[in-house]
Amino acid sequence: MVCRVTGRPTSWLAMFANEFRKGHSMKTALYASAAVLALAAFGTTAAYAQSRDTIQIAGSSTVLPFASIVAEEFGAVFPEFKTPVVGSGGSSGGLKQFCEGIGETFIDIANSSRPIKDSEREACAAAGVSDIREIQFGFDGIVFATSSDKADFALTPLHVYKAIAAQVPVDGVMVDNPYTNWSEIDAALPDQPIMLAIPGSNHGTREVFQEKVVSAGCEAAELPEGHAEDACSTLRQDVVVEIAGDYTETLARLTANPDTVGVFGLSFYDQNRDTLKVATVDGVTPSLETIAAGEYPVSRPLFFYVKGEHIGVIPGIEEYVQFFLSDVMTGNGGTLEAAGLIPQPAEKTAEVLSAFTGM
Amino acid sequence: MTDQTAPAAKQPTQRTLQIRASLRRRHLSEQIFRIMGIIAICAALGFVALLFTDVLRKGIPAFHQATLHLDITFDPEIIGVDPAPVQIAGQSAADFNAAQLAWQRNVAMLNWNNVITAAMTEAAPEGFEIDSRALLAIPETNARHVVREAFVADPSLLGQTHRFDLLASANVDNWVKGNIDRSLDDSRQQLPADTRGLVDILVENGTITQDFAWGLFTNVDSRAAPASAGLAGAFMGSLYMMLVVIVLAVPIGVASAIYLEEFAPKSRLTDLIEVNINNLAAVPSIVFGLLGAAVFINFFGLPRSAPLVGGLVLTLMTLPTIIIATRAALQAVSPALRQAALGLGASKTQMVFHHVLPVTFPSILTATIIGVAQALGETAPLLLIGMNAFVASIPGSPVDQATALPVQIFLWQGNENRNFFEARTSAAIMVLLGLMILLNAVAIFLRTRLERRA
Repeated sequence: MVCRVTGRPTSWLAMFANEFRKGHSMKTALYASAAVLALAAFGTTAAYAQSRDTIQIAGSSTVLPFASIVAEEFGAVFPEFKTPVVGSGGSSGGLKQFCEGIGETFIDIANSSRPIKDSEREACAAAGVSDIREIQFGFDGIVFATSSDKADFALTPLHVYKAIAAQVPVDGVMVDNPYTNWSEIDAALPDQPIMLAIPGSNHGTREVFQEKVVSAGCEAAELPEGHAEDACSTLRQDVVVEIAGDYTETLARLTANPDTVGVFGLSFYDQNRDTLKVATVDGVTPSLETIAAGEYPVSRPLFFYVKGEHIGVIPGIEEYVQFFLSDVMTGNGGTLEAAGLIPQPAEKTAEVLSAFTGM
Repeated sequence: MTDQTAPAAKQPTQRTLQIRASLRRRHLSEQIFRIMGIIAICAALGFVALLFTDVLRKGIPAFHQATLHLDITFDPEIIGVDPAPVQIAGQSAADFNAAQLAWQRNVAMLNWNNVITAAMTEAAPEGFEIDSRALLAIPETNARHVVREAFVADPSLLGQTHRFDLLASANVDNWVKGNIDRSLDDSRQQLPADTRGLVDILVENGTITQDFAWGLFTNVDSRAAPASAGLAGAFMGSLYMMLVVIVLAVPIGVASAIYLEEFAPKSRLTDLIEVNINNLAAVPSIVFGLLGAAVFINFFGLPRSAPLVGGLVLTLMTLPTIIIATRAALQAVSPALRQAALGLGASKTQMVFHHVLPVTFPSILTATIIGVAQALGETAPLLLIGMNAFVASIPGSPVDQATALPVQIFLWQGNENRNFFEARTSAAIMVLLGLMILLNAVAIFLRTRLERRA
């Protein structure tokens, strides 16, 4: 309706102009604008009176490519459902939206690259969201990568900790971090200034980085007795760049300053192997195989959370979950493996699926 | 004059010297100013030229895309599926629909890649050994959907051979165009060595050609099949938003401007309103996005990611522009026109609508179009109302989820497949710039045409 009136705005306006010139313009103008406003109001309310029939998803930018692929395929395979809409915003952002309430304006599924926190469950419960169903669908690896023309890095969590912690132990005393070059930390590392681009705190990746790399390195560093409580988590600001955006931004940092070591998701690195060179961690090269086998230390499970209250209200949620966990998508050799997801064992998937449907 | 100054030139007096010195200073400063002006213009033009050459250089190749011409046989042995249901007399429409859906589901569950693998093997030269995984890296992953949809639309294809123009995958496109360094070793290439070899052969024998990328305009965004990603969804989203902006911002903006300028009593209140409108025009657009998220989505419960909400937010942003421009146009109308109308006994309303408004119409129109063009390119507020979501369908109405052209540029810029999407992003920028130039050209055309008439 709205379209018909304003379909060709310029001709409509020209007509309007003619009316003005003819002289009896005031009434025409008033009627025309009143009619247009009424139509606009009517058109929008009428269209919105029907309930939402598209699944809405938001959250982790690591899960986003996988969820988008599943959403697209879902739309193609299930002609009776609309293609779900997938937004980003980081794990925390997605779970925040997820926990805002029940109803059509709130999202149905939150993607997350970390398990939901108790505080988030509480926030959810406060808004009436109590039926939260966790779906773990595979693994992702976090890799350190440099520009492809740089030297090879063989990192350990201890190296990374020593490079970026605000205070490090030297001869049993905590001092302000004295290192400026990787080769000062370990002679085996390349002679390259320390500069590290890590994901910002809105990313789930950051928590895994903190837990699996920095904290692990911190333990290995054997801090002296009586050190400050946050010695493991306080990073120096001069050499650490926190990236709030996605991995493309991290890549741009590497291009701008080729000495930077960037933290990426395995799938992103995989797509950009021509410009990036990956570092080994504890001597293991990250790959689908080493992560699936549990040899590569910095990996994490990926999740999405389904709002139980919306199942049956928004059409297709159950089918989406089943399709997501099907062999064609997340199984070995499935579509998502080609996109860089590390499949989880089939038993785990079966367990997750039965927990989802059994509730 | 010269007679008088001639003797003075021989023996310049103190005063003449002073004047000459000051003249030289003035000429010099004028010279400097001119040179600086030229430098400024050259710098500005240089930056624009740099931007355009960069965008064009990167974007133009994206308008052509590696396309695979394949003869696909709908072999009944591979496609083991019952014939499509036919509506039997007496069967209700709902039953038929259910049967149709069930059949479509069965067709969708078939492994259509087998059909494509068979066709690819056929196309490969005799004796070329390649495993099916490496073979399937050549067509884009949506090829199986294209073939399936053709079959669903026309089930009589079973047993026949049909020629399809399928998109080659993004990585093949990169390889063919040389977007990826061909000399890199295997571990840094996206495609296996066998696949690259076969692609080169197929390019040579004409199975893969560089065709015009119509998909860029007719397809929606895609992550599963990057090569098929297009702007159609974003374009429709932008179109709906612009409709909402025109429908709301023009009547409200023009009406408020007329009232404020012609009818409202000059008081502290109207002064305050005027100041606030001017301030609103300077508010950063992202603030309107925050407002839109808080008011339209959370309070009024309008859907997220919908062009309706985007349009409302952009309306708020465009309103001050239209009000200010309309008021300026009204102020520029000569008082003689008003007085003549009033003198002949016209009421104030008649004076405004019969005489003043028609004269200002061209300026109002221009202001509107420029305001809309500005809104068309706005990105920041849309990110906050969820229009940066990944939407893989064309919105059918202003309340369906959608994205917008500038947001699509933002999303493509962040895609993992850099080699492919760098070009795509630039192509999208070119499309958006083209639309902007078109809108501005329309504004200029209408203004000159209407001004001549008025």
